[in-house]
Amino acid sequence: MHIFEFTRPSDPAAAIKATAQSKTAQQGAEARFLGGGTTLIDLMKLNVETPSRVLDINRLPLDKIEDTPDGGLKIGATVRNSDLANNPRVLRDYSVLSQAILSGASAQIRNMATTAGNLLQRTRCVYFRDTAMPCNKREPGSGCSAITGSNRTMAILGTSDHCIATNPSDMCVAMAALEATIHVQGPKGMRAIPIGDFHLLPADTPNHETVLEPGDLITHVTLPPPVSGSRHFYLKLRDRASYEFALASAAVVMNLDGENVRYIRIALGGVGTKPWRSAEAEAALTGQPASAANFRQAAEAALRNAKAQSENKFKIELAKRCLVHALRMAATA
Amino acid sequence: MAIALNPIAPSTAGQAENSASKVAVPITLRINNKECRLRIDPRTTLLDCIREAAALTGTKKGCDHGQCGACTVHVNGRRVLSCLSLALLHDGEEVTTVEGLGTPEAMHPMQAAFLACDAYQCGYCTSGQIMSAVALLSEPCGPDDAAVKELMSGNICRCGAYANIVAAIQQVRKRA
Repeated sequence: MHIFEFTRPSDPAAAIKATAQSKTAQQGAEARFLGGGTTLIDLMKLNVETPSRVLDINRLPLDKIEDTPDGGLKIGATVRNSDLANNPRVLRDYSVLSQAILSGASAQIRNMATTAGNLLQRTRCVYFRDTAMPCNKREPGSGCSAITGSNRTMAILGTSDHCIATNPSDMCVAMAALEATIHVQGPKGMRAIPIGDFHLLPADTPNHETVLEPGDLITHVTLPPPVSGSRHFYLKLRDRASYEFALASAAVVMNLDGENVRYIRIALGGVGTKPWRSAEAEAALTGQPASAANFRQAAEAALRNAKAQSENKFKIELAKRCLVHALRMAATA
Repeated sequence: MAIALNPIAPSTAGQAENSASKVAVPITLRINNKECRLRIDPRTTLLDCIREAAALTGTKKGCDHGQCGACTVHVNGRRVLSCLSLALLHDGEEVTTVEGLGTPEAMHPMQAAFLACDAYQCGYCTSGQIMSAVALLSEPCGPDDAAVKELMSGNICRCGAYANIVAAIQQVRKRA
Protein backbone atom coordinates (compact mmCIF):
# COMPACT_ATOMS: atom_id res chain seq x y z
CA MET A 1 0.00 0.00 0.00
CA HIS A 2 1.29 3.46 -0.90
CA ILE A 3 1.71 5.99 1.85
CA PHE A 4 -1.03 8.61 2.20
CA GLU A 5 -2.02 11.52 4.36
CA PHE A 6 -5.04 10.77 6.52
CA THR A 7 -7.39 13.60 7.45
CA ARG A 8 -10.88 13.98 8.83
CA PRO A 9 -12.74 16.95 7.30
CA SER A 10 -14.94 18.75 9.83
CA ASP A 11 -17.90 19.23 7.50
CA PRO A 12 -18.95 18.49 3.89
CA ALA A 13 -17.73 21.90 2.71
CA ALA A 14 -14.24 21.16 4.04
CA ALA A 15 -14.25 17.74 2.35
CA ILE A 16 -15.22 19.32 -0.96
CA LYS A 17 -12.68 22.13 -0.68
CA ALA A 18 -9.91 19.67 0.12
CA THR A 19 -10.53 17.61 -3.02
CA ALA A 20 -11.79 20.19 -5.54
CA GLN A 21 -8.37 20.75 -7.11
CA SER A 22 -7.77 17.06 -7.87
CA LYS A 23 -7.19 16.07 -11.49
CA THR A 24 -9.89 13.41 -11.42
CA ALA A 25 -12.44 11.77 -9.16
CA GLN A 26 -12.24 8.62 -11.28
CA GLN A 27 -9.63 5.83 -11.51
CA GLY A 28 -6.26 7.19 -10.44
CA ALA A 29 -7.66 9.88 -8.16
CA GLU A 30 -5.04 11.30 -5.80
CA ALA A 31 -7.65 12.04 -3.12
CA ARG A 32 -10.28 9.57 -1.93
CA PHE A 33 -13.15 9.83 0.51
CA LEU A 34 -13.11 6.81 2.82
CA GLY A 35 -16.37 5.31 4.07
CA GLY A 36 -16.56 1.70 5.19
CA GLY A 37 -13.39 0.86 3.27
CA THR A 38 -14.61 -2.50 2.03
CA THR A 39 -13.76 -1.63 -1.57
CA LEU A 40 -11.18 1.13 -1.22
CA ILE A 41 -8.89 -0.46 1.40
CA ASP A 42 -8.97 -3.72 -0.53
CA LEU A 43 -7.94 -1.98 -3.75
CA MET A 44 -5.30 0.10 -1.94
CA LYS A 45 -3.72 -3.11 -0.65
CA LEU A 46 -3.58 -4.34 -4.25
CA ASN A 47 -2.10 -0.98 -5.40
CA VAL A 48 -5.02 -0.63 -7.81
CA GLU A 49 -5.94 2.51 -5.89
CA THR A 50 -3.00 4.69 -4.82
CA PRO A 51 -4.41 7.91 -3.35
CA SER A 52 -1.91 10.24 -1.70
CA ARG A 53 -4.70 11.66 0.47
CA VAL A 54 -7.46 9.75 2.24
CA LEU A 55 -10.31 11.72 3.81
CA ASP A 56 -12.39 10.02 6.48
CA ILE A 57 -16.03 11.02 5.93
CA ASN A 58 -17.51 8.61 8.48
CA ARG A 59 -18.01 11.29 11.11
CA LEU A 60 -19.78 13.77 8.83
CA PRO A 61 -23.49 14.19 9.61
CA LEU A 62 -24.59 12.04 6.68
CA ASP A 63 -25.76 8.96 8.58
CA LYS A 64 -29.54 9.43 8.86
CA ILE A 65 -32.52 7.79 7.19
CA GLU A 66 -35.41 10.26 7.10
CA ASP A 67 -38.86 10.57 5.55
CA THR A 68 -39.07 13.24 2.85
CA PRO A 69 -42.01 15.71 2.80
CA ASP A 70 -43.45 14.02 -0.31
CA GLY A 71 -43.57 10.62 1.37
CA GLY A 72 -40.30 9.33 -0.05
CA LEU A 73 -37.12 8.43 1.79
CA LYS A 74 -33.80 10.23 2.25
CA ILE A 75 -30.82 7.97 2.87
CA GLY A 76 -27.58 9.54 4.10
CA ALA A 77 -24.32 8.74 2.31
CA THR A 78 -22.77 6.99 5.29
CA VAL A 79 -25.81 4.92 6.31
CA ARG A 80 -24.49 1.37 6.65
CA ASN A 81 -25.92 -1.28 4.34
CA SER A 82 -27.17 -3.35 7.29
CA ASP A 83 -28.98 -0.36 8.80
CA LEU A 84 -30.59 0.45 5.47
CA ALA A 85 -31.67 -3.15 4.83
CA ASN A 86 -33.22 -3.47 8.29
CA ASN A 87 -34.85 -0.02 8.41
CA PRO A 88 -38.60 -0.41 9.11
CA ARG A 89 -39.64 1.90 6.28
CA VAL A 90 -37.37 0.17 3.78
CA LEU A 91 -38.72 -3.21 4.87
CA ARG A 92 -42.30 -1.95 4.49
CA ASP A 93 -42.18 0.31 1.43
CA TYR A 94 -39.03 -0.57 -0.50
CA SER A 95 -38.53 -4.22 0.27
CA VAL A 96 -36.71 -4.91 -3.01
CA LEU A 97 -33.90 -2.72 -1.65
CA SER A 98 -33.74 -4.65 1.60
CA GLN A 99 -33.75 -7.98 -0.24
CA ALA A 100 -31.00 -6.85 -2.61
CA ILE A 101 -28.71 -5.59 0.13
CA LEU A 102 -29.20 -8.68 2.28
CA SER A 103 -28.36 -10.90 -0.70
CA GLY A 104 -24.96 -9.26 -1.02
CA ALA A 105 -21.65 -9.63 0.81
CA SER A 106 -21.67 -10.82 4.44
CA ALA A 107 -23.09 -9.49 7.70
CA GLN A 108 -19.69 -8.04 8.64
CA ILE A 109 -19.28 -6.23 5.33
CA ARG A 110 -22.88 -4.93 5.41
CA ASN A 111 -22.12 -3.46 8.85
CA MET A 112 -19.23 -1.52 7.31
CA ALA A 113 -20.27 -0.69 3.73
CA THR A 114 -22.01 2.65 3.18
CA THR A 115 -24.75 3.77 0.82
CA ALA A 116 -22.44 6.07 -1.16
CA GLY A 117 -19.66 3.49 -1.11
CA ASN A 118 -21.97 0.87 -2.57
CA LEU A 119 -22.93 3.30 -5.36
CA LEU A 120 -19.20 3.52 -6.12
CA GLN A 121 -18.43 -0.18 -5.68
CA ARG A 122 -15.78 -1.27 -8.16
CA THR A 123 -15.83 -4.24 -10.48
CA ARG A 124 -14.54 -7.62 -9.32
CA CYS A 125 -12.87 -8.24 -12.71
CA VAL A 126 -9.72 -10.18 -11.82
CA TYR A 127 -7.66 -8.29 -14.38
CA PHE A 128 -8.70 -4.92 -12.96
CA ARG A 129 -7.57 -6.15 -9.54
CA ASP A 130 -4.20 -7.45 -10.79
CA THR A 131 -1.66 -4.71 -11.59
CA ALA A 132 0.48 -7.19 -13.53
CA MET A 133 -2.20 -7.46 -16.22
CA PRO A 134 -3.30 -5.03 -18.93
CA CYS A 135 -6.64 -3.34 -18.11
CA ASN A 136 -8.15 -0.33 -19.84
CA LYS A 137 -10.15 0.58 -16.75
CA ARG A 138 -7.09 0.71 -14.49
CA GLU A 139 -4.57 1.84 -17.10
CA PRO A 140 -6.23 3.41 -20.17
CA GLY A 141 -4.85 2.12 -23.45
CA SER A 142 -3.18 -0.96 -22.01
CA GLY A 143 -5.81 -3.35 -23.39
CA CYS A 144 -8.52 -5.63 -22.01
CA SER A 145 -7.25 -8.94 -20.69
CA ALA A 146 -10.75 -10.26 -20.06
CA ILE A 147 -11.92 -10.22 -23.68
CA THR A 148 -9.31 -12.83 -24.60
CA GLY A 149 -8.99 -14.29 -21.12
CA SER A 150 -11.12 -15.69 -18.34
CA ASN A 151 -14.48 -14.02 -18.85
CA ARG A 152 -17.11 -16.36 -17.44
CA THR A 153 -18.37 -13.79 -14.94
CA MET A 154 -18.03 -10.75 -17.17
CA ALA A 155 -20.84 -8.54 -18.48
CA ILE A 156 -23.07 -9.28 -21.46
CA LEU A 157 -24.89 -5.92 -21.61
CA GLY A 158 -23.31 -2.51 -22.13
CA THR A 159 -19.87 -3.87 -22.98
CA SER A 160 -17.42 -2.28 -25.41
CA ASP A 161 -14.31 -3.39 -27.27
CA HIS A 162 -12.34 -1.83 -24.42
CA CYS A 163 -14.02 -3.25 -21.31
CA ILE A 164 -16.45 -6.00 -20.36
CA ALA A 165 -16.23 -5.64 -16.56
CA THR A 166 -19.42 -6.32 -14.60
CA ASN A 167 -20.82 -3.87 -12.08
CA PRO A 168 -21.05 -6.05 -8.95
CA SER A 169 -23.57 -4.12 -6.83
CA ASP A 170 -26.88 -5.58 -5.68
CA MET A 171 -28.01 -2.39 -3.92
CA CYS A 172 -27.69 -0.34 -7.12
CA VAL A 173 -29.90 -2.78 -9.04
CA ALA A 174 -32.73 -2.30 -6.55
CA MET A 175 -32.16 1.45 -6.54
CA ALA A 176 -32.41 1.48 -10.34
CA ALA A 177 -35.80 -0.28 -10.13
CA LEU A 178 -36.88 2.18 -7.44
CA GLU A 179 -35.74 5.18 -9.55
CA ALA A 180 -33.48 6.57 -6.87
CA THR A 181 -31.88 10.00 -7.13
CA ILE A 182 -28.28 10.61 -6.06
CA HIS A 183 -27.57 13.95 -4.43
CA VAL A 184 -24.10 15.36 -4.85
CA GLN A 185 -22.54 18.44 -3.29
CA GLY A 186 -19.62 19.82 -5.24
CA PRO A 187 -17.54 22.96 -5.77
CA LYS A 188 -20.41 24.44 -7.84
CA GLY A 189 -23.16 23.53 -5.40
CA MET A 190 -25.74 20.76 -5.12
CA ARG A 191 -27.05 18.64 -7.92
CA ALA A 192 -29.45 15.70 -8.19
CA ILE A 193 -28.59 12.84 -10.53
CA PRO A 194 -31.07 10.10 -11.49
CA ILE A 195 -29.39 6.76 -10.82
CA GLY A 196 -29.73 5.84 -14.49
CA ASP A 197 -27.45 8.76 -15.38
CA PHE A 198 -24.97 8.25 -12.56
CA HIS A 199 -22.98 5.27 -13.86
CA LEU A 200 -21.34 5.47 -17.29
CA LEU A 201 -21.02 2.79 -19.93
CA PRO A 202 -17.37 1.84 -20.54
CA ALA A 203 -17.34 2.84 -24.25
CA ASP A 204 -13.74 3.88 -24.98
CA THR A 205 -13.12 5.39 -21.52
CA PRO A 206 -13.78 2.54 -19.05
CA ASN A 207 -11.68 4.41 -16.47
CA HIS A 208 -14.60 6.88 -16.20
CA GLU A 209 -17.21 4.98 -14.22
CA THR A 210 -19.50 7.73 -12.93
CA VAL A 211 -20.32 11.38 -13.58
CA LEU A 212 -18.53 12.46 -10.39
CA GLU A 213 -16.04 15.32 -10.75
CA PRO A 214 -13.22 16.40 -8.42
CA GLY A 215 -14.64 17.72 -5.15
CA ASP A 216 -17.99 15.97 -5.60
CA LEU A 217 -19.30 14.43 -2.38
CA ILE A 218 -22.35 12.20 -2.43
CA THR A 219 -24.42 13.47 0.50
CA HIS A 220 -27.54 11.33 0.24
CA VAL A 221 -29.87 9.30 -1.95
CA THR A 222 -33.61 9.87 -2.20
CA LEU A 223 -36.26 7.35 -3.11
CA PRO A 224 -39.58 8.59 -4.57
CA PRO A 225 -42.78 7.88 -2.61
CA PRO A 226 -43.59 4.17 -2.78
CA VAL A 227 -46.04 3.05 -5.46
CA SER A 228 -48.95 1.89 -3.34
CA GLY A 229 -49.86 -1.76 -3.67
CA SER A 230 -46.60 -2.58 -5.45
CA ARG A 231 -45.02 -6.00 -5.12
CA HIS A 232 -41.27 -6.23 -4.75
CA PHE A 233 -38.92 -9.07 -5.52
CA TYR A 234 -35.14 -9.45 -5.85
CA LEU A 235 -33.72 -12.69 -7.18
CA LYS A 236 -30.00 -13.37 -7.23
CA LEU A 237 -28.36 -16.37 -8.93
CA ARG A 238 -24.73 -17.22 -8.17
CA ASP A 239 -22.15 -19.98 -7.92
CA ARG A 240 -22.75 -20.57 -4.21
CA ALA A 241 -25.76 -19.92 -2.02
CA SER A 242 -24.36 -16.97 -0.09
CA TYR A 243 -21.44 -14.52 0.09
CA GLU A 244 -20.96 -14.46 -3.67
CA PHE A 245 -21.46 -11.95 -6.47
CA ALA A 246 -24.34 -12.40 -8.90
CA LEU A 247 -24.05 -14.25 -12.18
CA ALA A 248 -27.48 -12.77 -12.84
CA SER A 249 -29.97 -10.95 -10.67
CA ALA A 250 -33.28 -9.19 -11.19
CA ALA A 251 -35.10 -6.49 -9.23
CA VAL A 252 -38.82 -6.20 -9.91
CA VAL A 253 -41.35 -3.63 -8.68
CA MET A 254 -44.78 -4.53 -10.02
CA ASN A 255 -48.33 -3.29 -9.67
CA LEU A 256 -51.18 -5.40 -10.97
CA ASP A 257 -54.61 -4.15 -12.03
CA GLY A 258 -56.57 -7.36 -11.94
CA GLU A 259 -54.56 -9.63 -14.19
CA ASN A 260 -52.84 -6.84 -16.07
CA VAL A 261 -49.53 -5.22 -15.31
CA ARG A 262 -50.31 -1.58 -14.51
CA TYR A 263 -46.84 -0.52 -13.32
CA ILE A 264 -43.53 -2.30 -13.73
CA ARG A 265 -39.91 -1.42 -13.06
CA ILE A 266 -37.19 -3.92 -13.92
CA ALA A 267 -33.44 -3.82 -13.36
CA LEU A 268 -30.82 -6.53 -13.82
CA GLY A 269 -27.57 -7.17 -11.97
CA GLY A 270 -24.51 -9.34 -12.61
CA VAL A 271 -24.91 -8.95 -16.38
CA GLY A 272 -24.30 -5.29 -17.10
CA THR A 273 -21.33 -2.96 -17.10
CA LYS A 274 -23.61 -0.74 -14.99
CA PRO A 275 -26.75 -1.44 -12.93
CA TRP A 276 -29.07 -2.36 -15.79
CA ARG A 277 -32.56 -0.86 -15.93
CA SER A 278 -34.50 -2.50 -18.75
CA ALA A 279 -36.95 -0.09 -20.38
CA GLU A 280 -37.45 -2.73 -23.09
CA ALA A 281 -38.71 -5.34 -20.63
CA GLU A 282 -40.91 -2.76 -18.90
CA ALA A 283 -42.46 -1.68 -22.24
CA ALA A 284 -43.12 -5.31 -23.16
CA LEU A 285 -45.16 -5.85 -19.99
CA THR A 286 -46.94 -2.57 -19.33
CA GLY A 287 -50.69 -3.00 -19.83
CA GLN A 288 -50.27 -6.69 -20.67
CA PRO A 289 -51.55 -9.72 -18.73
CA ALA A 290 -49.12 -11.02 -16.10
CA SER A 291 -48.68 -14.35 -17.87
CA ALA A 292 -45.77 -16.74 -18.24
CA ALA A 293 -45.64 -16.06 -21.99
CA ASN A 294 -45.47 -12.31 -21.45
CA PHE A 295 -42.81 -12.68 -18.76
CA ARG A 296 -40.68 -14.65 -21.18
CA GLN A 297 -41.26 -12.05 -23.87
CA ALA A 298 -40.12 -9.32 -21.49
CA ALA A 299 -36.98 -11.32 -20.69
CA GLU A 300 -36.26 -11.78 -24.39
CA ALA A 301 -36.62 -8.02 -24.83
CA ALA A 302 -34.29 -7.30 -21.90
CA LEU A 303 -31.50 -9.49 -23.30
CA ARG A 304 -32.04 -8.76 -27.01
CA ASN A 305 -28.81 -6.77 -27.27
CA ALA A 306 -26.76 -9.08 -25.06
CA LYS A 307 -23.29 -9.93 -26.35
CA ALA A 308 -21.59 -13.04 -25.00
CA GLN A 309 -17.85 -13.60 -24.61
CA SER A 310 -16.07 -16.93 -25.07
CA GLU A 311 -17.04 -18.28 -21.62
CA ASN A 312 -20.28 -16.57 -20.65
CA LYS A 313 -22.89 -17.38 -23.26
CA PHE A 314 -24.81 -19.21 -20.51
CA LYS A 315 -25.46 -15.90 -18.80
CA ILE A 316 -27.88 -14.79 -21.53
CA GLU A 317 -30.31 -17.66 -20.85
CA LEU A 318 -29.59 -17.52 -17.11
CA ALA A 319 -30.50 -13.82 -16.99
CA LYS A 320 -33.71 -14.46 -18.92
CA ARG A 321 -34.80 -17.24 -16.59
CA CYS A 322 -33.78 -15.14 -13.60
CA LEU A 323 -36.05 -12.31 -14.74
CA VAL A 324 -38.94 -14.64 -15.60
CA HIS A 325 -38.76 -16.22 -12.17
CA ALA A 326 -38.51 -12.86 -10.42
CA LEU A 327 -41.56 -11.61 -12.33
CA ARG A 328 -43.51 -14.73 -11.39
CA MET A 329 -42.54 -14.38 -7.73
CA ALA A 330 -43.51 -10.69 -7.72
CA ALA A 331 -46.86 -11.42 -9.42
CA THR A 332 -47.76 -14.07 -6.85
CA ALA A 333 -46.27 -12.29 -3.81
CA MET B 1 -5.64 2.03 32.61
CA ALA B 2 -3.54 3.45 29.81
CA ILE B 3 -1.20 1.17 27.93
CA ALA B 4 1.48 2.69 25.74
CA LEU B 5 2.87 0.31 23.18
CA ASN B 6 5.48 0.63 20.51
CA PRO B 7 4.83 1.84 16.98
CA ILE B 8 4.93 -0.82 14.33
CA ALA B 9 5.63 -1.12 10.66
CA PRO B 10 2.65 -2.90 9.12
CA SER B 11 3.25 -5.85 6.85
CA THR B 12 1.79 -3.77 4.04
CA ALA B 13 4.54 -1.16 4.33
CA GLY B 14 6.69 -1.05 1.24
CA GLN B 15 9.66 1.07 0.28
CA ALA B 16 12.17 2.57 2.70
CA GLU B 17 11.01 6.13 2.02
CA ASN B 18 7.62 5.02 3.28
CA SER B 19 9.04 3.98 6.62
CA ALA B 20 6.57 4.02 9.47
CA SER B 21 8.71 6.07 11.82
CA LYS B 22 8.47 9.15 9.60
CA VAL B 23 4.70 9.09 9.41
CA ALA B 24 3.55 7.41 12.62
CA VAL B 25 0.44 9.01 14.04
CA PRO B 26 -1.16 8.67 17.46
CA ILE B 27 -4.35 6.71 17.99
CA THR B 28 -6.36 5.70 21.03
CA LEU B 29 -8.46 2.58 20.90
CA ARG B 30 -10.46 1.07 23.70
CA ILE B 31 -9.75 -2.64 23.21
CA ASN B 32 -11.54 -5.08 25.51
CA ASN B 33 -12.26 -2.27 27.98
CA LYS B 34 -8.64 -1.17 28.14
CA GLU B 35 -7.48 2.15 26.74
CA CYS B 36 -4.64 1.61 24.27
CA ARG B 37 -2.61 4.63 23.19
CA LEU B 38 -0.60 3.67 20.16
CA ARG B 39 1.48 5.22 17.40
CA ILE B 40 0.90 3.65 14.03
CA ASP B 41 1.63 4.07 10.36
CA PRO B 42 -1.59 5.51 8.83
CA ARG B 43 -1.78 2.46 6.53
CA THR B 44 -2.15 0.06 9.45
CA THR B 45 -5.34 -1.94 9.23
CA LEU B 46 -7.38 -2.46 12.36
CA LEU B 47 -6.31 -6.12 12.15
CA ASP B 48 -2.57 -5.38 12.11
CA CYS B 49 -3.06 -2.78 14.84
CA ILE B 50 -4.78 -5.31 17.09
CA ARG B 51 -2.25 -8.07 16.42
CA GLU B 52 1.01 -6.17 16.14
CA ALA B 53 0.60 -2.92 18.06
CA ALA B 54 -1.76 -4.10 20.78
CA ALA B 55 -0.22 -7.60 20.77
CA LEU B 56 -3.57 -9.41 20.86
CA THR B 57 -3.08 -12.36 18.54
CA GLY B 58 -6.40 -14.13 19.07
CA THR B 59 -7.73 -12.29 16.01
CA LYS B 60 -6.43 -14.07 12.90
CA LYS B 61 -5.29 -12.95 9.48
CA GLY B 62 -6.67 -15.28 6.82
CA CYS B 63 -7.06 -13.78 3.36
CA ASP B 64 -6.46 -10.13 4.36
CA HIS B 65 -8.97 -9.13 1.63
CA GLY B 66 -12.39 -9.48 3.23
CA GLN B 67 -13.14 -12.90 1.81
CA CYS B 68 -12.76 -15.26 4.79
CA GLY B 69 -13.97 -13.64 8.04
CA ALA B 70 -11.07 -14.86 10.20
CA CYS B 71 -10.35 -11.27 11.29
CA THR B 72 -13.88 -10.54 12.56
CA VAL B 73 -13.99 -8.28 15.63
CA HIS B 74 -16.65 -6.03 17.15
CA VAL B 75 -16.43 -2.25 16.83
CA ASN B 76 -18.90 -0.40 19.03
CA GLY B 77 -20.72 -3.72 19.43
CA ARG B 78 -21.06 -4.56 15.74
CA ARG B 79 -19.10 -7.22 13.89
CA VAL B 80 -16.76 -5.97 11.19
CA LEU B 81 -13.80 -7.25 9.17
CA SER B 82 -10.73 -5.75 10.77
CA CYS B 83 -8.61 -6.45 7.66
CA LEU B 84 -10.68 -4.08 5.50
CA SER B 85 -10.66 -1.22 7.94
CA LEU B 86 -7.97 1.29 8.77
CA ALA B 87 -7.21 1.48 12.48
CA LEU B 88 -7.33 5.29 12.22
CA LEU B 89 -11.02 5.15 11.29
CA HIS B 90 -11.71 3.84 14.78
CA ASP B 91 -9.80 6.38 16.86
CA GLY B 92 -11.66 6.64 20.17
CA GLU B 93 -13.91 3.67 19.45
CA GLU B 94 -14.62 0.49 21.37
CA VAL B 95 -13.09 -2.71 19.97
CA THR B 96 -13.82 -6.19 21.26
CA THR B 97 -11.69 -9.17 20.28
CA VAL B 98 -11.98 -12.81 21.24
CA GLU B 99 -9.72 -12.10 24.23
CA GLY B 100 -12.43 -9.76 25.54
CA LEU B 101 -15.20 -12.35 25.47
CA GLY B 102 -14.08 -14.77 28.15
CA THR B 103 -11.17 -16.64 29.71
CA PRO B 104 -10.37 -20.37 29.81
CA GLU B 105 -11.75 -20.37 33.36
CA ALA B 106 -14.82 -18.28 32.60
CA MET B 107 -15.79 -18.79 29.01
CA HIS B 108 -18.44 -16.84 27.13
CA PRO B 109 -21.46 -19.14 26.56
CA MET B 110 -20.62 -19.16 22.83
CA GLN B 111 -17.06 -20.31 23.54
CA ALA B 112 -18.40 -23.03 25.82
CA ALA B 113 -20.88 -24.13 23.14
CA PHE B 114 -18.13 -24.31 20.48
CA LEU B 115 -16.20 -26.58 22.86
CA ALA B 116 -19.23 -28.71 23.73
CA CYS B 117 -20.29 -29.10 20.07
CA ASP B 118 -16.77 -29.71 18.73
CA ALA B 119 -17.30 -26.74 16.41
CA TYR B 120 -13.75 -26.52 15.09
CA GLN B 121 -10.87 -28.62 13.89
CA CYS B 122 -7.67 -26.65 13.25
CA GLY B 123 -9.07 -23.62 15.08
CA TYR B 124 -7.68 -20.93 12.80
CA CYS B 125 -11.09 -19.53 11.81
CA THR B 126 -12.58 -20.10 15.26
CA SER B 127 -12.08 -16.70 16.85
CA GLY B 128 -13.68 -15.07 13.81
CA GLN B 129 -16.50 -17.60 13.89
CA ILE B 130 -17.13 -16.96 17.58
CA MET B 131 -17.04 -13.17 17.19
CA SER B 132 -19.55 -13.45 14.34
CA ALA B 133 -21.72 -15.88 16.28
CA VAL B 134 -21.85 -13.63 19.35
CA ALA B 135 -22.83 -10.64 17.18
CA LEU B 136 -25.50 -12.71 15.47
CA LEU B 137 -27.27 -13.15 18.81
CA SER B 138 -28.31 -9.48 18.72
CA GLU B 139 -29.05 -9.22 14.99
CA PRO B 140 -32.33 -9.90 13.14
CA CYS B 141 -32.09 -13.65 12.45
CA GLY B 142 -34.79 -16.23 11.85
CA PRO B 143 -35.05 -19.25 14.17
CA ASP B 144 -34.01 -21.98 11.72
CA ASP B 145 -30.59 -23.33 10.77
CA ALA B 146 -30.88 -21.83 7.28
CA ALA B 147 -31.08 -18.31 8.75
CA VAL B 148 -28.00 -18.95 10.88
CA LYS B 149 -26.08 -20.32 7.92
CA GLU B 150 -26.96 -17.26 5.84
CA LEU B 151 -25.77 -14.86 8.54
CA MET B 152 -22.59 -16.89 9.11
CA SER B 153 -21.70 -17.14 5.41
CA GLY B 154 -18.98 -14.52 5.78
CA ASN B 155 -16.90 -16.87 7.93
CA ILE B 156 -15.16 -19.58 5.94
CA CYS B 157 -13.97 -22.80 7.63
CA ARG B 158 -11.61 -24.86 5.51
CA CYS B 159 -11.86 -27.83 7.87
CA GLY B 160 -15.59 -27.88 7.21
CA ALA B 161 -16.84 -27.65 10.79
CA TYR B 162 -19.94 -25.82 9.61
CA ALA B 163 -22.54 -28.30 10.87
CA ASN B 164 -21.16 -28.18 14.40
CA ILE B 165 -20.76 -24.41 14.28
CA VAL B 166 -24.46 -24.06 13.48
CA ALA B 167 -25.26 -26.51 16.29
CA ALA B 168 -23.20 -24.49 18.77
CA ILE B 169 -24.91 -21.24 17.80
CA GLN B 170 -28.37 -22.79 18.00
CA GLN B 171 -27.55 -24.24 21.41
CA VAL B 172 -26.74 -20.77 22.74
CA ARG B 173 -29.80 -19.22 21.08
CA LYS B 174 -32.14 -21.81 22.57
CA ARG B 175 -30.76 -21.23 26.05
CA ALA B 176 -30.97 -17.44 25.76
